[in-house]
Amino acid sequence: MKEKNSKAVKWILIGISVIFFLLMLVLPLLEVIYRALWDGIASYQAALTAPNTLSALKVTLIATVIAVAVNTVFGIIASWLLTKFDFRGKNVLSTLIDIPFSISPVIAGLAYIMTFGRTGWAKPLIDGINDALGTDIALVFSVPAVVLATIFVTFPFISREIIPILYAQGRDEEEAAAMMGASGFTIFRKITFPHMKWGLLYGIILCAARAFGEFGAVYAVSKARGKTFTLPLEIDALYMAGSADSITQAFAVSSLLVGMALIMLILKNIVEYRGKRSDI
Amino acid sequence: MKQVQTKRKKSIIPGFGISMGVSVTMLSLIILIPLASVLAYSFRLSGQEFLELMTRPNVVRAFVTSIGCALAAAVINCIFGTILAWVLVRYEFPGKRLMDGMIELPFALPTAVAGITLTKMYSDTGFLGRAFEKIGIEIAYTKTGIVIAMVFIGIPFVVRAIQPVLEKLPASYEEAAVMLGASRFRIFWKVIFPEIAPALWTGFGLALARGIGEYGSVIYISGNSEKNGTQVVSYIIMQKLNSGNVDYEGAAAIALVLLIISFLMLFIINMIQHIASRRTNV
Amino acid sequence: MYVEMKNICKNFGSYEAAKNINFGIEQGKLVALLGPSGSGKTTILRMLAGLEQQDSGDVVIEGKVVNDVAASERGIGFVFQNYALFRYMTVYDNIAFGLKVQKMDKQKIHERVTEMIALIGLEGLEKRYPNQLSGGQRQRVAFARAIAPKPQLLLLDEPFAAIDAKVRKELRRWLKEMIQKVGITSIFVTHDQEEAVEVADDIIIINEGRLEQMGSPIDIYKNPKTPFVAQFIGTSAILDNLKGFKGYDDIPQDKKVIVRPEFVEAFKSDNKKFANMMDAVEEGVIESVVFRGSYLELTLLVNHVRLTTNRSLERRHVDIGEKMCVLLYRVYLFDDKGAEIRKNQLLKGIDVEAL
Repeated sequence: MKEKNSKAVKWILIGISVIFFLLMLVLPLLEVIYRALWDGIASYQAALTAPNTLSALKVTLIATVIAVAVNTVFGIIASWLLTKFDFRGKNVLSTLIDIPFSISPVIAGLAYIMTFGRTGWAKPLIDGINDALGTDIALVFSVPAVVLATIFVTFPFISREIIPILYAQGRDEEEAAAMMGASGFTIFRKITFPHMKWGLLYGIILCAARAFGEFGAVYAVSKARGKTFTLPLEIDALYMAGSADSITQAFAVSSLLVGMALIMLILKNIVEYRGKRSDI
Repeated sequence: MKQVQTKRKKSIIPGFGISMGVSVTMLSLIILIPLASVLAYSFRLSGQEFLELMTRPNVVRAFVTSIGCALAAAVINCIFGTILAWVLVRYEFPGKRLMDGMIELPFALPTAVAGITLTKMYSDTGFLGRAFEKIGIEIAYTKTGIVIAMVFIGIPFVVRAIQPVLEKLPASYEEAAVMLGASRFRIFWKVIFPEIAPALWTGFGLALARGIGEYGSVIYISGNSEKNGTQVVSYIIMQKLNSGNVDYEGAAAIALVLLIISFLMLFIINMIQHIASRRTNV
Repeated sequence: MYVEMKNICKNFGSYEAAKNINFGIEQGKLVALLGPSGSGKTTILRMLAGLEQQDSGDVVIEGKVVNDVAASERGIGFVFQNYALFRYMTVYDNIAFGLKVQKMDKQKIHERVTEMIALIGLEGLEKRYPNQLSGGQRQRVAFARAIAPKPQLLLLDEPFAAIDAKVRKELRRWLKEMIQKVGITSIFVTHDQEEAVEVADDIIIINEGRLEQMGSPIDIYKNPKTPFVAQFIGTSAILDNLKGFKGYDDIPQDKKVIVRPEFVEAFKSDNKKFANMMDAVEEGVIESVVFRGSYLELTLLVNHVRLTTNRSLERRHVDIGEKMCVLLYRVYLFDDKGAEIRKNQLLKGIDVEAL
């Protein structure tokens, strides 16, 4: 009697999960594909090869690659600092690093406008640097601005994946190596890095996925369609244009991002699996 | 021969100075200084202007909408997240691997894509929208729509917070309770729930924080109607940056209040989580 | 003295890990730092190694003050508590690491590592990773890794803590032999007195950051200088007084008494061996008999006090409730200031140790 009862509960719970899963996660994906192909393959291709789309793809890739690179460097160094040393203010530092997790991305965009924008306090500084170097770099409403905003929102992604791993690993191995006279770089390369390898890769994937999908933060600092727009912004522009054609185009471009998201998910699962297996 | 040293506790592992320098510099340049600018900007408003802005009906309603919908979505996520995590950890069924792998889709899928897709699905021309319309429920361009979008982006936080705790929970735990004759409901509330409660609070906090600040996935399905109260705070801030009459000071002030509310909520949740975990870790 | 610690003090916040520690160790000795957990013994070892910095005082190695010498320059081999083997390197690479760091010639590294592997008897396991080794094998690798660069001093932090009780005894003997073979001055930290007594030439007893006593195991056992050492070493019962015991009438009231099993003799009344000591005999009743593997542990109630003694399995059978003659040869007396040994006055002139 009890056995039967427990089976029923099991299948009810599985049923609820499957329905939730299909409705909330799978159906939206199918919807994107369905809407993207609404007007047939030819217009789908046309939407993907439109100059604005290609420009947006380029900006998206630039922002993603730079954000991943910067945050990888930061993630490795910060996690080394936070797990291998004791110092005053360590908790404060680690809380500050996690700020971007808990604030609206819109605020990130806003913050850059208020720092580097027309009335921002750092504007004269940037102008001065530009004058001195003969360059014309703007840190708002430009590709560098998009890059910066992307870095902001993905800032803690990599450090957060590595820190728990290094923390669990402890410091003994590094101390032992240091006792034998190994240099910091040797210790990192030979001892710490092999431990963080999979976590780092995992963090890079999460960081990349968030970077190419970021919307709110870049929306605030990017105004020129075809120049500084990323793919999500291009989708927004197409969707907000409101005509049936442009909405279909918006979904066509979306399908590109869905593809990228799925690739990231697959990579993530592979890395997770390999990482677990190599866990020593 | 006594020499007193007041040095920092020195570690034998090299690289403290440089890693501290690089970390703090990058953190300051990328996060802290820009955020400080928001603070500085919001202080350009006088106290009276600030109050006037914050008590404007549309601003107040936006805060109510953002926080209310985020709370509702976080609660829904806790319920479904717990069920999903439980099913993924405890049961075997076809398609489980796929489900497990796809749980994080909302993290990977760009919010704008999620936003327009959910809108089309639940609008009167969409498949689900029509179905719900027949039974008299409107979803797109209402608060219900906002909650659905927030449920979508928040669900992985809860599942991923609880899953590892459930995995570590030994089966002998429940078996012991069963041996003592406890009912299933009792086992869950008295034995399992206290164990996952701290993780559940973590997931709740993350989902809530994400919901309160969410922009991309919400703005399409919300319809941003002032009349219907479907404007969220992020939208109000963005509006002040975009419209013809740019209002940076106002945007900064609202952003500051949003920041403070987010931090306060996270702080309270951390406290609750701390108490909950103290209870189980004795 | 080869290694010296002079007036070493160290605080962690309000916790005093070392209170004016002074000791010296001769070259070639194998010394144990013994103390309960939290006594500061590991901190002392880490200060010696340069892994922690003392607040004040000097660390001297081979006559040189090394306070400002980096840990890696002190010529010390260190075996960590959990061995800290490099998990992503093979046995071979673990042992070779210190040599590679010194930029030693490749051929020479190979020779030295091969020599080390032969020394620890792990031939054929060079390509294994640490997680593919048993606890004992890991300890051997950690030992080899520490001594491969030929340090002048070997420090070991709880070298047996991570090992099964079964293998532990065997490894103790092995480590002692190895250290003697290599002839390196060594200091190890332990909380297990049996381990310290069995392995070390000299023992340094640490308690609450203070050095309580230093000496050979026998010396410490026979002549504890402080109340702590008297209680810590050996198995001992502590009594408030010895009221009613023959031959101990003159004990000052304010002193406490420590009785060890070997201070107590229990025999049947028809035993002739103790005939000349009958003046000092008390009557006791056996409360329990516990078989300890190679001997019996008897608990007797004597003058309302519980005393424990060990009994050889070769002797006659005894039962619970049986009345026995009990002799108390000697006791330790202690107060806050110090500890002393006190013999039974009625046994004066009788050579108890000859029994």
